[in-house]
Amino acid sequence: MKKDNRLLPNKDMPDFERDYFCDAHPETVKPLKGFIEKFLNWARANSLWILGFGTGCGAIELRPLMTARFDMFRYGMAPRPTPRQSCVFVIGGYASIKTLKRIVRSYEQIQAPKFVLALGSCTINGGMYFDSYNTINRIDHYIPVDAYVTGCMPRPEAIIAGLRKLQELIKQGKAEKANEYIENFEWYKANQKKVIKDWNMPDYNW
Amino acid sequence: MMKDILKRLTEKFPISEIEEQRANMIFVTMPKINAVQCISYLKQFEGFTHLVMLAAVDYIEDGIFQLTYILHNYELHTDIGIRVQIDRKQPVMESIHTLWAQARTYQQELKEMFGIDFPGSPDIDEPFLLEGWQNIPPMRKDFDTLKYSQETFFPRPGRKHYDPQKYMKEKLYPDKEPE
Repeated sequence: MKKDNRLLPNKDMPDFERDYFCDAHPETVKPLKGFIEKFLNWARANSLWILGFGTGCGAIELRPLMTARFDMFRYGMAPRPTPRQSCVFVIGGYASIKTLKRIVRSYEQIQAPKFVLALGSCTINGGMYFDSYNTINRIDHYIPVDAYVTGCMPRPEAIIAGLRKLQELIKQGKAEKANEYIENFEWYKANQKKVIKDWNMPDYNW
Repeated sequence: MMKDILKRLTEKFPISEIEEQRANMIFVTMPKINAVQCISYLKQFEGFTHLVMLAAVDYIEDGIFQLTYILHNYELHTDIGIRVQIDRKQPVMESIHTLWAQARTYQQELKEMFGIDFPGSPDIDEPFLLEGWQNIPPMRKDFDTLKYSQETFFPRPGRKHYDPQKYMKEKLYPDKEPE
């Protein structure tokens, strides 16, 4: 792991927020070795807590997961109200620039290990909003995505399948996108700042 | 009922065009300078107390923006639309937030999406939906939204486009010769 002691510039952050955030560069967390990591991954995969942030129209398909018919709790998934308590961020379809700012802020506030599941064709290539002035085309240029679910909109069964796939990836130790985000931090930040013109928050939301 | 209202309106205001869409839905076109007076008159004396909506259309080939104020009368269950054409080069219109406070939201949106100014309207220069927009207002016809999207939002390669008319013709009538 490369030790990075650079400080973030945070130059557009308003003064009253400066006391709440530190300027340190985020660091990657190396996976542990052998069976310990395997055990940890097994534990992580079986307790996915989903951030209750409905971005885009796909969020409407998340509600049925809580009902008796689809019942996500049997897989150890539960909705949580705040990024600090959750580990899965479900991007539900198109993301406008205004929402993207909140998505970045929420994603960075989630504590690692964290995973992103992107729903619908809008997150993959823009979908039917590919020519819109206000919605981004590919979410993976702004935050890293572990798994996609195709469809417009995907049914709750498809979302369950996507979450099961995510569980598989975690068990195999392939869901290390949170580290990838830190490794390519400058690239992601440049992309985010290219579209979010009124950047008035810290460069990394601790 | 609507006939009487129209008669009184034509006596008072210089209406250039009347379009009867339904028995209870009429559109009148009038100059910019009389429009707010007319709306105020309709609200106070004719019972059109509800502002349904305020919208704009960009007629770029004529060089105008057409604003449409739609008002509703609860007692007669009728709507009246007041159309105003304003110059595209000087898009300024009188504010009606003094008549309906909620009009400020419409006006804020029109300022952002079309660049039509309503001097005196509260928070008219605050961002409404687009935070930090730096281009020309996006709902204007001369704004190329596809070009802007391709330049800004990293399009994923491999996207296919079909002309819907041609595609459906091939699907439904594959034997027929294209006209």
